[in-house]
Amino acid sequence: MTAGDASPATADVLRDETPPRFGSVPEVVERLGSVGYLADEQIATVVFLADRLAKPVLVEGPAGTGKTELAKSVASLLGARLIRLQCYEGLDEAKALYEWNYRKQLLRIQVERGSGDDGGSSSAGWKELEEDIFSEEFLLERPLLQAIRATEPVVLLVDEVDRVELETEALLLEVLSDYQVSIPELGTVKARQLPFVLLTSNDTRELSEALKRRCLYLHLDYPSVEREREIVLAKVPGIDVHLAEEVVRVVRSLRQMELEKHPSVSETLDWARTLVLLGVEHVDTSTTVATLNLLLKYQADIDQATRELTGRPR
Amino acid sequence: MLDVLTGFVEELRKTGLPVSLTETLDAAEAVRHVPLEDREALRSALGATLVKSSTHWDAFATTFDVYFSPRATPMALDGAPDDVGVLADDSGVPPDAGSAQPAGGAGEGSEERLDAEQLRALVAEALRTGDDAALPALARLAVRLHAGLEPGRPVGISYYLYRTLRGLDLDGLLAELLAAATGSAADEASLHVGRPPGRLGDRLVAEELAARIGELRRLVEAEIRRALVADRGASAVAKTLRRPLVEDVDFMHATGDELVRLRRALYPLARSLAVRLARRRRHRRRGTLDFRSTIRRSLSTGGVPLEPRFHAKRPAKPEIVVVADVSGSVASFARFTLHLVYAMASQFSKVRTFVFVDGIDEVTKIFTRSASITEAIARVGAEADVVHLDGHSDYGHALGVFGERWGREITSRTNVIVLGDARNNYHAANAEALAEIARRARRVYWLNPEPRAYWGSGDSIVGQYAPFTDGVFECRNLRQLERFVELLD
Repeated sequence: MTAGDASPATADVLRDETPPRFGSVPEVVERLGSVGYLADEQIATVVFLADRLAKPVLVEGPAGTGKTELAKSVASLLGARLIRLQCYEGLDEAKALYEWNYRKQLLRIQVERGSGDDGGSSSAGWKELEEDIFSEEFLLERPLLQAIRATEPVVLLVDEVDRVELETEALLLEVLSDYQVSIPELGTVKARQLPFVLLTSNDTRELSEALKRRCLYLHLDYPSVEREREIVLAKVPGIDVHLAEEVVRVVRSLRQMELEKHPSVSETLDWARTLVLLGVEHVDTSTTVATLNLLLKYQADIDQATRELTGRPR
Repeated sequence: MLDVLTGFVEELRKTGLPVSLTETLDAAEAVRHVPLEDREALRSALGATLVKSSTHWDAFATTFDVYFSPRATPMALDGAPDDVGVLADDSGVPPDAGSAQPAGGAGEGSEERLDAEQLRALVAEALRTGDDAALPALARLAVRLHAGLEPGRPVGISYYLYRTLRGLDLDGLLAELLAAATGSAADEASLHVGRPPGRLGDRLVAEELAARIGELRRLVEAEIRRALVADRGASAVAKTLRRPLVEDVDFMHATGDELVRLRRALYPLARSLAVRLARRRRHRRRGTLDFRSTIRRSLSTGGVPLEPRFHAKRPAKPEIVVVADVSGSVASFARFTLHLVYAMASQFSKVRTFVFVDGIDEVTKIFTRSASITEAIARVGAEADVVHLDGHSDYGHALGVFGERWGREITSRTNVIVLGDARNNYHAANAEALAEIARRARRVYWLNPEPRAYWGSGDSIVGQYAPFTDGVFECRNLRQLERFVELLD
């Protein structure tokens, strides 16, 4: 062993200690299927590699293609706790990592002042107080720290990471690459187990190179007609195979139009469920137009689609 | 394997993908964990580690096909390992019409006897029934029959692709299939599974057929690529395949295929730009101290105002006036920029558009009255009254008329964006007109689709206008256009 190996990074140690969660790619497909997530080979491969390489996965793609669902499914099949960090503009360290409970600290100081005010607040007393108010008791754990300090298996979902500012992104880097966090008053907190980390992005902003470099990348697009049909059949009880086929083809047709927002998978499912409830056997133009508001959420889109569906055939 | 990987990464970089050293190491680590004979898994593993942007995926997939062509895996149809025989045309292995192919009478003949007509019928049948398993074999046969591959001949894939597709006559096939499909009502073929009645049904059938033909096209292309790789080696083929990434495509010299890719990239770009602009506008400045809210918040910290609160500021959205040269040389650039501006119109309080060649006309109404931006842009070409004398760009005249007729409507909130190459055909520059506009407007920007090196050469007089603008920007591709739009406020 060389000197350089004396203190290997947390991630490496943990990776060597943690047994792999999955045996093979087909196993991932199967286990994801067992919790109701129909994964294609690409999704499964990335999940498999994320485990083997101990790297976070960055999932990007249009809204409603099952990005968040993937994290939930992985958590449920691993029997792990899902810790979710929902990102938003203005998210900062205090909300992502940790925060000192300053209200409680203030109270503690006031109590101290009230009880032991015997002339000289000695330096020893101050030291004691400082150690006291910067102890675990006053620490508020936020999702990132929770995921690092957890002793049981966890899946960390950093949702919509493209919403945070560039500076906040840097905060994620230390956590994601080394699985450790530095807290000035407590020192460095190292992970005790390897969390399975998923980040999702709706692609509204180019993420920093540094963040992308540390992640495996998975682009989740709308599923192919075949896969979407499988999803519809699996998720909508009592739907006829033919109706399912019609549903996904109409949805594909809509996705080829130039619209503000294309129907997502969850909207396909909503639509299919509605059609089943309405007792529709075959989708025709009038049924589609009448129920378009389930698939499209902008009036301009609905108008546009109506025009194209009822207008002249191409 | 490592050698192949290094060459592969090298090629990706040459295509323009930013692949770092750590990512290469990750890829090397990743391929250790997947079975190498599984091409899909290998592709996913390399893709997940090397490609970090969805717009780069196509370039990656093409390069992957070249470097890891499925030569080793036997084809579904004839079971014979693929060899250079495709090129030399000496292959004695007849395509044995196995399970994949419908018993169509071609199976028993050797490939020489399978003529164009028979192949066409087989392809039509496979497309009609949606027999996906047969398509790869048919693509292979089509390449043998039509491409006329010549070993060592230094032509690109597109040449062979064109020949093969011409031989197959896919457009004719599509028309025939469509006519047949939309006519007959009850058909057992898979095309009609999931076919609702009426016009919607016709539409869906057409789309399904188009999708299948697209798949066949893709297979043919892959087949040719593979044959060429066998002939010339991966890196040579990759070099001929190198195409610019969509954000680097030059507006002025885009091919038809590239234009399609560009248009597809516009919408997501517009959306993300809109989000960025809105976000920045909201965040840039905080308003004045909100005293009431600060005191209210301080109650929870025992009256100590730890966190000052501020009034949110609501800055006005900018007003945009686009003045675009739509003469032949720069028309496609103008179209793209207008498309982008209108796709993010919600971010501006007002957008007005003027187009000119040597005359100038306002076309804002066309945009408000059209159903879609695409339609509006098509109508601008047909309806705008832009030719004054001879139909050659005359910036001086156009700007002069613009100043006279609409100059008073330009206010201190207006951002004026001029689109054009300032190639004035040796007319008078009339830079004073622009100066007058600049005096009234908040900002004047000029976007020039020409490379900076050409500015001022020949009849380009962008230099005479530049002093009166707040900046002349070289704007040749999406990347530069995106950078500019972020400046708007």
